[in-house]
Formats: sequence, C-alpha cells, structure tokens
Amino acid sequence: MKVKQISIFLENKKGRLWKALNILKGAGINIRALYLADTSEFGILRLIVPEPEKARKVLEENDFAVKMNEVIAVELEDKPGGLASILKILKDSQINLEYIYAFVHEKKDKAILFLKADDIDKTIKALQDSNAKILPAEEVYKL
Amino acid sequence: MIWNEEMECISRDDLEELQLRRLQDTVKRVYENVPYYKRKLEENNIYPEDIESLEDIKKLPYTTKDDLREVYPFGMFATPRKDIIEVHTSSGTTGKPVVSGYTREDIEIWGEVMARGLTMMGVTEDDIIQNTHGYGLFTGGFGVHYGAQKIGATVIPISTGQTRRQIEIMKDFGTTVMIFTPSYGLYLSEVAEEEGHNPKKSQLKAIGFGAEMWTEEMRRELERRFNAPAFNIYGLTEIIGPGVAMECPEKDGLHIFEDHFYPEIINSKTGETLPPGKRGELVITTLTRIGMPIIRFRTKDITSINYDECGCGRTLARISRITGRVDDMLKVRGVSVFPSQVEKALLKVDGLQPHYQIIVTRPHLMDEMEVKVETSPEIFSDDIGEMMKLQKKIEDYIRDEIGLRVKVTLVEPKTLPRSEGKAVRVIDKRKF
Repeated sequence: MKVKQISIFLENKKGRLWKALNILKGAGINIRALYLADTSEFGILRLIVPEPEKARKVLEENDFAVKMNEVIAVELEDKPGGLASILKILKDSQINLEYIYAFVHEKKDKAILFLKADDIDKTIKALQDSNAKILPAEEVYKL
Repeated sequence: MIWNEEMECISRDDLEELQLRRLQDTVKRVYENVPYYKRKLEENNIYPEDIESLEDIKKLPYTTKDDLREVYPFGMFATPRKDIIEVHTSSGTTGKPVVSGYTREDIEIWGEVMARGLTMMGVTEDDIIQNTHGYGLFTGGFGVHYGAQKIGATVIPISTGQTRRQIEIMKDFGTTVMIFTPSYGLYLSEVAEEEGHNPKKSQLKAIGFGAEMWTEEMRRELERRFNAPAFNIYGLTEIIGPGVAMECPEKDGLHIFEDHFYPEIINSKTGETLPPGKRGELVITTLTRIGMPIIRFRTKDITSINYDECGCGRTLARISRITGRVDDMLKVRGVSVFPSQVEKALLKVDGLQPHYQIIVTRPHLMDEMEVKVETSPEIFSDDIGEMMKLQKKIEDYIRDEIGLRVKVTLVEPKTLPRSEGKAVRVIDKRKF
C-alpha cells in the first residue's frame, strides 16, 4: 500500500537537477513520477522510481543528500471532482497533508495522486474505509 | 595645531631615552605585580635588570591574545583591583573575551592620546562631536569621548544605530565632527539623502573613522559624500582602545604615540624584527599603562613603520594603514569575526558537518556575511518547512556566537571547495 519515494536535496543552481537526473539515467533508472518543491535557495526533488534503493545508492555515491520515505498512490477518475473527492475523505478524517502531486495515467480516464501525510497508516485506513483505490507499489513502479 | 608639542615633536634621542626608562619601569612592574609575567620572564631567564637598552626588548617574550584569555578576567592587572576604575573587553572573540583594566592614570593617558589624535583632525573646544561608536564594553565610544572631553569639545554620545535620529541630530545640533566606521558612514550618508538632507551641506569639518579595514577609495568616497576630510584612527582593546595611532593632515600613515606605546614590526613566522618600511606584524609594548601593562603584544595586524620626518612637524613614527591580518580574523561591520566561531555554532546542530564557507561582501555600502553550509543525509528532511527551520536555527546559533545576523545558505554535500582536504573557509569579496 505504501510507495517508496526518494527525496533529493538540490541547490537552486543551474545544472543541479540535470546532474541528479543524469546520474539516474546512467544507472538505467526510469522515472515514474516527479515533483520538485523549491524555495528561493534550494529545492527538494521527489521521485517515484521502480528501484528506489538502487536510485538512492547511486545518488549517494555521487554525494547527493537523499532521504527515502513513503507516500500513498491513489487512483482517481480523470474528471472534474476526482481530486476533490479524495481530499474530502482526508478532511473528514482530520488528516493533514504535507504535499500531493498528481499524474494522468496511461490508462484512459484515470489519474494517480501521490500523497504524503503525517500519519500514513491512518491515511491508508481512511482512504480504504471510503473505498478509494490505493495502488500497490508494484503497480506504480510498473506504470 | 599640535596637542602636546613637547611629546609629539620630541627628538629621537630624547624619545628613546624616555622609552627606555619607561620600558624598564614597565618590566619591573609586571615582574613584581603580575604572577603571569613573573613566571614567563623567569621561564625565559630574563629579569628586569637585563633591560639595559631598547634593543633588549627583543629578549622579552611575546604576549598573545591567548595569553590574555588564559588569565581571564583580571589576571593581567598589575595593581590591586580597587585601583581599577573602569574595564572594557574585546569584541566578538571566541570563548572568553580579553578584559582591559584602567586605573585613573590609564584613563588619563587614553584621553591624552585621543586628544592628540582629535587635534590632528582639527578638533578644538569649539567643536561638536557626534560619536557614533558604541558606548559600552567596546572601547570605541569611550576612547573618543575621553579625548573629546579633554580638548573641551561638546560630545554627543549618541552611540551606534538609530540612523534617522543621527541625521536629525547632526542637522539640528550643527555637528562639526563625525566619528564612525567607514561602512556606517557610507550608510549614514545614504539615509541622509533619502531623508532629504544633503550631508555635503552640513557643517562638518572632519571625520574620524576606524574599527574596520578600508581602502583609499572608500576614504575618498566618504570625503566626497560629507565634503569633509576623513582621518584614520587605530587602536585595540588589549593596548588601550582607539588612540594608539592616528592620522595627521598629511594622511601619510598614522602617528603612533611612541611615548606610550612602543612599536615593533616582526616577521610573524620567524619572530625576526623587520626594518622600517618592511611589512609585517605590529607588536606593541605599553610604556605607561598602570592597570594593565602589556609586553610585546602580537596585534596580528599587518603594517609597516616609517621613522621619516612628517610634513606636519611631528617626529613620532608612522604606521601605514592596516591592510591585513596574520590570522583569519575578519572585521564585518566593525565586529571581529573568527571562522572558528562560525564552526562552533555549526557544531551545535546535530548531524551537521562543519563544512562551511564564509562569504563577505559589500553589495551596498554595508558589509554582508553569508555562510554556506553543506547539508548531510542526517539533517536533510523531505519537508521544506523543516529545512527552512533548520536554516533559521543555524542563523540564530551563529548570531549568538558572533553577535551579527548572517544569511545561511544550505548547499549540497561536498560541493564547497576543499584544499588539502580542508574547506576554503573565507571568501572576502570586499576590496581593501
């Protein structure tokens, strides 16, 4: 139910994002989903990749600061109100989100929402209780 | 005008005779009254009677800032504590500060040397001096104050800050002499213009500046902005404070008041004494301090000495403006900063590697200090808010340590340049 995500510290400087991605390319790692959060001085690159441990290892070998954490992948209807319905579940369950990012699925009419919340188990339970479709990690990596 | 013509224009022979007498007296007093010096002299097998000529000063051991810290707080006092009527401490140092203790006689000397310097700037009893140097443990404020009072000028003890008020008072009180650090002076002139007050139209006749490194260009800029000549003041807490050496209207070096402070220039690595004109580390021995005499203090300031006669008529030797330091001390907005202090602050943060770089710039008149710090997997968090908090926390720790607010920038691991395995700690982009 939990999907591994790697977060990478990046300086807000020309070429840094490229360098990180180029290292992954060199290791033959394909990126499934990506989200870059930034401030004026630094950014945090969050990636969903099929081989998170390997990705972490190669990045660390190249002196990047990397953190591994877990997010939830939820499948949504790709139509107005799809995202809102999920957010309502979380709101009603008093769950605070740290961040979310969404991608349109290859499957027609579907989108995938990645979400990070302070209490991951509670979030999974709330989503399951409301019959939201949580994607298993293997499926996400295979996207 | 010369404040003390007898001393400031003394012949070299008479001066050396006086210096020798005073040196012998100083060595005798520290040997008898300061256990630290007694021990140190005995370790070097030197006794007061061994000082038979000025050359013999070379036999005496050096005193470093660390020596002074070792005896913190009052271990260097050569008189009973009850005779000390005032204390000051050095600014922004690592660990314990250096305490300087002054007897009534010392305060008298301080006023005397500052009066000489202010007189060089043209200050008389008719002047109104706005003293923006801080009053407090820092010696800057009081040194200027005592000198101005000795001359009989009117002192405005306004201290640093309150820039708008400074400008208002300058205008309303008709300030004729300003005392500031170069960067504060430039800032002051900017704010004055914003306030619709043209500092060129003020009644200023002289500016005294010091406490930080500067360039000739900076002096010219100050003079242009305030339409008044600017004079350099040199001093250090360990010796007395401002007033160790000051510039005369010739502006060709600072006259060091040799009847009170005996200067030597040495090669800081070998300890060898350097001839006039050669740049090296300034070493000073106090000749008249009662409360806290200091033998051969290593100032770590780099200068050269010139014994040639000066166009102003004074015979006292001149040191060139300070152009560097022997150690890695920086002066940022007049405050002494050591990289080791920054390091100490960084070590307070769990998981943070002390890989950092200090970058000092002067983007717009005022010094700015940025500290780049490498992140590490331990401190990196996926949460932006946490990272911003960490940045702020490091800034707070550094401020607590050095007394200045700096900007902290987090950089990627192992991206700061290293030379021989050690990071290049300081990049000073200001031009001196």
